[in-house]
Amino acid sequence: MKASEVSVGQTFEKVVVEDLKRTQLVMYSGTSGDYNPLHTDDLYCKEAAGYPGVFAHGMLTMGMTGTLVTDLFGAENVRKYGVRFTNQVWPGDTLTATATVQEIRDEDGQAMAEIGIETKNQDGKTVVLGSATGLLEG
Amino acid sequence: MSDQKTVTFPVEGAHVMMFARSIGDYNPAYHDPGNGEGNPMGAQVAPPTFPQAVAQFDPDYPLRIKDGEAWFGSGGTPSGVEGKPATSGGLHAEQHFEYTRPIRPGDVLTVRYSEGETWEKESRRAGKLTFTERLVDYYDQDGNHVCRARGVGVKTERPVDQG
Repeated sequence: MKASEVSVGQTFEKVVVEDLKRTQLVMYSGTSGDYNPLHTDDLYCKEAAGYPGVFAHGMLTMGMTGTLVTDLFGAENVRKYGVRFTNQVWPGDTLTATATVQEIRDEDGQAMAEIGIETKNQDGKTVVLGSATGLLEG
Repeated sequence: MSDQKTVTFPVEGAHVMMFARSIGDYNPAYHDPGNGEGNPMGAQVAPPTFPQAVAQFDPDYPLRIKDGEAWFGSGGTPSGVEGKPATSGGLHAEQHFEYTRPIRPGDVLTVRYSEGETWEKESRRAGKLTFTERLVDYYDQDGNHVCRARGVGVKTERPVDQG
């Protein structure tokens, strides 16, 4: 994102996953190392843990949402990224992330932007709420 | 706050590539070591949430099958352990990262864990909630700080009501 092309209040939207697949949860378990059966093991969820089925790792939702952050700033320019997990994400969900530019400031001669982030599911329920700060390119 | 432990986290290009795929990100920055051309960072970088994959290198990480230990996932029965599995009530409430610089393949990170605060809250949807904060600092092979992660976990009294 170039400093000359961004202004406070500007919004960006991205569908970060469409019809989330259980296979994606398996992939994320494998790479992150979080093998909690809550995310891959339907039988365990239903009959041992009391959930209707497997659901996404919070960190998978944060990672998928983060693709909007890195699309905007470039991965090498992200300085802060934080979220609260407000609702669970289930297989079949379609998630849309929205970034809103909240502040542009100068830090040691470099332009930085702070963006607010919200990801909602297909029912309009917020699943992740957070913010990110990144370096703007000159 | 007391220091808990230190883990060594070698960052490999293939791991970064697979991690990026698993979050649905096919940006060449994550799988092409030749991405450096025209990129000021000069090489493949890791996605912002990649620091969490240190779990793979943590010898005590509880959410991985370990040799000779009972695993709470299903096999012949819905759970491999008797009674309520200890970790089934644990969910992730918050996660925050602050980066001094991006992580790149070839980095050998030293990861230091420390405990943060613990607090409780009542919830309509899940009963008593117990929050625990954990701070994780990542240093590179030269001893320079790379990233700080602050995670908040929550244990619920009962499964979260979906209504």
